[in-house]
Amino acid sequence: MKRTINILVSLIMVAGLVSCNNGGDKKGNKGKGGLATNAAEKVYVAPGEHDEFYAFISGGFSGQLSVYGLPSGRLFKVIPVFSQDAEKAWGYNEETKPMLETSYGFVPWDDSHHPDISQTNGELDGRWVFINGNNTPRIARIDLTTFETAEIIEVPNSAGNHSSSFITENTEYVVAGTRFSVPIPQRDMPIKDYKGNFKGALSFISVDPESGRMAIKFQLMMPGFDYDLSHPGRDKSHGWFFFTTYNTEEANTLLEVNASQNDKDFIAAVNWKKIEEYVNNGGGIKVPAKYAHNVYDDETHTATSTMMNEVLTVNPLDVPGAVYFLPTPKSPHGCDVDPTGEYIVGNGKLSADLTVHSFTKMLAAIENKKFDGEAYGIPILKFEDVLAGTVKQPGLGPLHTEFDGKGNAYTTFFISSEVVKWKVGTWEVVDRQPAYYSVGHGMIPGGNSRKPFGKYFVSMNKITKDRYLPTGPEVTQSAQLYDISGDKMELLLDFPTIGEPHYAAGIPADIVAKNSRQIFKLAENKHPYATISDGGARVERKGNEVHIYMTMIRSHFNPDNIEGVKVGDKVFFHVTNHEQDYDVPHGISMIGANTSELLIMPGQTETFVWEPKQVGVWPFYCTDFCSALHQEMQGYIRVSPANSSTELKWSLGED
Amino acid sequence: MKNIMKSLAAVAILTLISCGGKEEKKKDSIQIGQKPTATETPKEEPAVTETKPSETIDLTNKGVGPIKNLELPAEIDQAMAAKGMEVYKTKCMACHKPDKKFIGPAPKDILKRRTPEWIMNMILDPEDMIQKDPLAKALLIEFNGSPMANQNLTEEEARQVLEYFRTL
Repeated sequence: MKRTINILVSLIMVAGLVSCNNGGDKKGNKGKGGLATNAAEKVYVAPGEHDEFYAFISGGFSGQLSVYGLPSGRLFKVIPVFSQDAEKAWGYNEETKPMLETSYGFVPWDDSHHPDISQTNGELDGRWVFINGNNTPRIARIDLTTFETAEIIEVPNSAGNHSSSFITENTEYVVAGTRFSVPIPQRDMPIKDYKGNFKGALSFISVDPESGRMAIKFQLMMPGFDYDLSHPGRDKSHGWFFFTTYNTEEANTLLEVNASQNDKDFIAAVNWKKIEEYVNNGGGIKVPAKYAHNVYDDETHTATSTMMNEVLTVNPLDVPGAVYFLPTPKSPHGCDVDPTGEYIVGNGKLSADLTVHSFTKMLAAIENKKFDGEAYGIPILKFEDVLAGTVKQPGLGPLHTEFDGKGNAYTTFFISSEVVKWKVGTWEVVDRQPAYYSVGHGMIPGGNSRKPFGKYFVSMNKITKDRYLPTGPEVTQSAQLYDISGDKMELLLDFPTIGEPHYAAGIPADIVAKNSRQIFKLAENKHPYATISDGGARVERKGNEVHIYMTMIRSHFNPDNIEGVKVGDKVFFHVTNHEQDYDVPHGISMIGANTSELLIMPGQTETFVWEPKQVGVWPFYCTDFCSALHQEMQGYIRVSPANSSTELKWSLGED
Repeated sequence: MKNIMKSLAAVAILTLISCGGKEEKKKDSIQIGQKPTATETPKEEPAVTETKPSETIDLTNKGVGPIKNLELPAEIDQAMAAKGMEVYKTKCMACHKPDKKFIGPAPKDILKRRTPEWIMNMILDPEDMIQKDPLAKALLIEFNGSPMANQNLTEEEARQVLEYFRTL
């Protein structure tokens, strides 16, 4: 095996040298290969300098969203979204626990897949990033002023929330399609009766243009296929949404064989504007559905979770002309629309060719009613009538295509492990570069909009094997950066990522950086347990609950000596950071507390609960190095026996 | 290889030095207030200052920062002072008690010791003051190296706080 790999690697290296030579000859570099390039210079961002782009890369099975700089590949932040993060107390402190509530109760983890940045008029506006939780279907909205998760909405009737979370060109909707079809409503039935009985829900979640607040507008109840990926139409095709499907066989077991039988599956074209109109005129059926809607408020610094009870469903047959199937070979994965909105690429992962459909032809075929049958009453258009062209034998296992806005498309090939550049319209392959190894999705900043910034391509790879120092059986996940500004792509950089990088969204830094918040204003803090004035620091007892209203500033807690707490009490630390300067968070942790630390930003209040179990005097301290006197930032709590009469008192200094 | 030998030698020398250090320590364990050893460069003993920086009166130094000139009217503006007290309570009190030394010095009678400009500059740009103003530097040392936090007050708020100080 090793030998094979070695041979492969050598071959690839030789191939690399050969292709470099080719490229080099053109540029007059005379075959100096990789050494002649200035790749290092291109990714070097000098100390103190900033990157040109933000890249929001999905954390995959970590459930989070990571923030990188391009071209350096430097990691800035891991934004906790669907998984608890002890570092930031996400899902541990009392304020953010409601964010992880679902109809199944508290779910501390998910599998995050496809980030997408909000748009206005088809261009990135940099206000929010949306990302889907795949396992317990949810969509999150991350606010790009705070780089924190502001909202999570659960998607009922969905399972394996994979063809998500893609947004329309004015952020009218964030769309979430189900990968697994399920009985709707859920019921006790034999699995083998799947075919014809299960349904696939495609959810259109409206986004308030001001607040960003999400609400499920309607769910389209489609036949029981697997809805794999999706993308919005844009420009001329704005108003439509496209979903790839597989398992049109409706197999319920051994899908790797049974779902690969049909020569063609479908791309479902959904005219959401038509359905929106239908719904606005009272169409659709409200059905009971339990799902959580969790919202974080920047003024109370607290999240609330509301359980919703019903959802509006739409039967596609009730809205004639709203849904069509475009036959597409073969188990297509990525469903990608070019910046003009004319071309819809079906990346048939088991197909030898890449299929491109034409939106104009699709409209004409619909107009002329050129149907090739129907599936569960939904008209199937004729393959030949909607086909714009095929990219012939570009590689093995195409997964996903991005666009550079200059007439080129870049498709990732999982099996042949490469990125292939081809021309939109002529379908000719113009360049190919290996990816190390087994690339999944690719990303060009703005590549999912009318206006891509076609300077870099990021490949997100499934396997790294020998690319980094080994770290035991589990090795790092990774992305690779290519310069695509010239005729030939050039691999510039490997960089490790958090979890499995399924997809990413990139944006020029100057659109986002200027809006990044520095502090929360203490005067605007509306947390019910905030201590706004230092004089308000105090301790209150309510039965066996003890509420500590504590402040923190360089470099002390107020109060820092507390007595009168007893074994069996439930002690709430409500801690307000009184700093009003940039980059002065403080942390706090209590010995033996069965939770994480708090990490509190200037002007913010957070709460953790400590249930002391032993008599004694117990210390707490600041966990984030805050000043030269950080080590002095500490305090004690005296814990007396449950039946003691120790007086409740608190102090700081000599007072 | 040569390099490795060199490094090894360096490590060996370092080890020797540190061994020496240890022995010396053992000799003078827990003696507090020991005299400097001959090898140390004798430090200049700072002349014993009679007044602490916090008690030093300097009514000419305007400090470093955005405020270059500020004339205070004879009459105290009580409305402005009231606003200043509110700002002070939320943003300053954690370190400054009005009339006694706490983390930092007390603002009571501050205008008898400092110019209005100096006070405003210390509130508005403590980082720069600590770097450049000799009195602010000395105060930092007097207060155990606990730097004054920049609480991002607006100029208007800082002026209100100054007016409040006049009432103390």
